[in-house]
Amino acid sequence: MAPRIGVVVYPGTNCEHDVVRAVEQLGASAGLVWHTTPSLAGYDAVVLPGGFAHGDYLRPGALARFAPVTAAVAEFAAAGGPVVGICNGFQVLTEAGLLPGALQKNRGLRFICETVEIEVSSAGSVLTAGMAPGTRLRIPINHFEGNYTCDGQTLAELRGQDRIVVRYVDEVNGSIDRIAGICNSGGNVVGLMPHPERASDPLLGSEDGNALLGAFLDAASRASGGSSLAGAPGR
Amino acid sequence: MSALTGDPAAPGPGGGFDAVVEVRLRAGIADPEGATIERALPALGFTGVTGVRAGKSFRFHLDAPDAETASAQAATVADRLLANPVIEESTVTVTPSPAGPAARTPS
Repeated sequence: MAPRIGVVVYPGTNCEHDVVRAVEQLGASAGLVWHTTPSLAGYDAVVLPGGFAHGDYLRPGALARFAPVTAAVAEFAAAGGPVVGICNGFQVLTEAGLLPGALQKNRGLRFICETVEIEVSSAGSVLTAGMAPGTRLRIPINHFEGNYTCDGQTLAELRGQDRIVVRYVDEVNGSIDRIAGICNSGGNVVGLMPHPERASDPLLGSEDGNALLGAFLDAASRASGGSSLAGAPGR
Repeated sequence: MSALTGDPAAPGPGGGFDAVVEVRLRAGIADPEGATIERALPALGFTGVTGVRAGKSFRFHLDAPDAETASAQAATVADRLLANPVIEESTVTVTPSPAGPAARTPS
């Protein structure tokens, strides 16, 4: 059976339909999960899409942390469920304490909207399982607060435990160690600033995001006890 | 009556305390906003201004029996919501409220 993906929607989230379309194109089914929903029962994996949850008031993700669905995401993650936060979703995961560090304003104080090259740094996450480290992907970024920062001890842990999932090939926003995405120690919770769903069709200029989303859906299939989607139409 | 005694530890005539929480980036965390402001100041003729740091301040009214309780509550609000301790730090100031929220809110 195709894995079922829960796509979380806070007031101000705006990439949910792009994510639904991208994962459906790869053979999964998807449902939108409103922020007041206290449970993620019935989903094999969860995506926190991009946007401006709660208007980015105070700090991006700072208020989304208190939503009932965020508690459900924490519970889902603690049980080993695959979770990926994209852009604003990454910011929510750091504010909620599900991933370490913080996303600051870009070094140049500019909103950056462009397709950049990123490199898979670790295959030890649900977003990159099976991918060769060093694989380069062209994926759009679209953010003002994407400058990843953390203390020295956290950075040493991320490096030592192979938890830096993707890096920018060239410096773009001031992120420490060119970090574009990280994961938790279990590898099942990933946050990244680039938008794989916006690189999911040749018409968008790149299909490279499908490699990441495909790996994520495979992890969802494993979580549901089903078989891989590798042979599904559209892959 | 603190209005008469001016006791800074007692609630003011407003029935509590006014809190000001200042949030700023921790020392050592790059502050591109502050740096940009600093670079703009010479255009106004200020050439001796250094160490500019940008931040936010929050003001709110607290119903609390004494200044110590009000400070503790404001500090918790600051630590758990207003500041992200990964990159930010905060300072809290509470003073007896000269008037309650209704009196201070224009209608």
